[in-house]
Amino acid sequence: MTDRREATLERAVTEAETELARTPLDALHRRLGARMVPFAGYAMPLQYEAGIMAEHLHCRAEAALFDVSHMGQASLEGEAAAAALERLVPGDILGLKPWRQRYTLLTDDAGGILDDLMIANLGARFLLIVNASRKAFDFAHIAAALPATVRLVPHPDHALLALQGPAAARVLARLDPGLAALPFLGVAEARLLGTRAIIARSGYTGEDGFEISVPAEAAERLASALLAEPEVRPAGLGARDSLRLEAGLCLYGADIDTTTTPIEAGLGWTIGKRRRLAWDFPGGAAIRAQHDHGPARLRVGIRPEGRAPARAGAQLLDASGAEIGGITSGCFSPSLNAPIAMGYVASAFAPEGTKLAALVRGKPLPCAVAPMPFVPHRYLR
Amino acid sequence: MPETRYTKDHEWVRLDGTTATVGITDYAQQALGDLVFVDLPEPGRTVAAGDTCAVVESVKAASDIFAPVAGHVAAVNAAIVDDPSLVNRDPAGEGWFFRLEGVTADPSALMDEAAYKAFLETL
Repeated sequence: MTDRREATLERAVTEAETELARTPLDALHRRLGARMVPFAGYAMPLQYEAGIMAEHLHCRAEAALFDVSHMGQASLEGEAAAAALERLVPGDILGLKPWRQRYTLLTDDAGGILDDLMIANLGARFLLIVNASRKAFDFAHIAAALPATVRLVPHPDHALLALQGPAAARVLARLDPGLAALPFLGVAEARLLGTRAIIARSGYTGEDGFEISVPAEAAERLASALLAEPEVRPAGLGARDSLRLEAGLCLYGADIDTTTTPIEAGLGWTIGKRRRLAWDFPGGAAIRAQHDHGPARLRVGIRPEGRAPARAGAQLLDASGAEIGGITSGCFSPSLNAPIAMGYVASAFAPEGTKLAALVRGKPLPCAVAPMPFVPHRYLR
Repeated sequence: MPETRYTKDHEWVRLDGTTATVGITDYAQQALGDLVFVDLPEPGRTVAAGDTCAVVESVKAASDIFAPVAGHVAAVNAAIVDDPSLVNRDPAGEGWFFRLEGVTADPSALMDEAAYKAFLETL
């Protein structure tokens, strides 16, 4: 038994197992029997004793608690911080109301995606949440572009917990009844177990849920309290990856990177309406050209026939056997009990239902372009 | 009398004369997690020791299964294709993978149970 290919998750793993950073919940993970793996320089729980399948299904049925403290958190403070951000992202940040959060992208001058991130307007400051594997780059990139009046302050002393699933709101309301009324992509500051927390109604699973930023020293107490609720079980990176893939959400470094543009990735909706008048963000000209004329390739959902998964790196072939694209993420969907994948195809092959083949272990595996999300989103609307 | 031997790839081999039944160990099924797909070799195929002859997939990863000894594939366990979780539930029994005939390998080239347990201690 030998791993044929590391799955998408582990692509960003550093080779050196030494010097792995630990999140504030490291001891808790180990007590819970987690299988720890290196991910983006951190020791992270891949799964707990229940296993990926059970953790995944429990998140869809009740509520799962994820430690995502490896992600980068930073505040942007000062005069004209929103305008400074708009010089880096295509999102409408000037129009982002206080106590609202928005998904956006850092783009480069060629229109490639440097990272995807969440930006929350906390009134007096913005809170940025970026990918673990990109945080050093992102923070340097952002800091270098700021005027003297704006400061980027990273928060390495903060943990980030994600409580996801249909029971998440019911559970969190036991700690603060007001949080049940938070709208989707709304943000609140609240005291949870006596600790100041920033809570956003968002997540990476397609379920209703919350992401909770707390000081590191309060993280274990909060996580333990949430896990003590009957609906909540811990879930690791394995379930996080299969949940986000079912929800059709991109993983940076797999489905999007500097070689893909927002238009190719189907993320054109992140470009604010006002921003489409001026296209005054990095790569604006290139992205506008793709927007106006259509990109040469598109990110699509893929459903392989049968039970064999087609995973990242598999070539996609047309009926004549010519390569027309490739898979960037693939797994076996626990919810659908069938394989699912996403990838890029030449635009002519992007319509739903187009028959393709994925080259798996040298053999063409029949598959079809399929709509995403694979499992309907259940955000609070 | 059959004797069970083990490989460093976490496969077990039950040798009985010139017949070898092959599966994966409990350690292997635990490391792989919930199996969702199994691909088995064509019956009749001749394999050399070390050849890739089956594939198992969990939610997040694919892994190869190797022929631990040379022989030809006489039978495969269709039950694990229909229900891959059988391998997780009973890796040393109902979850067997395939049976080789014409096996002439020397069992002492593979680990016995004590040696495999000692090997696991080193991981």
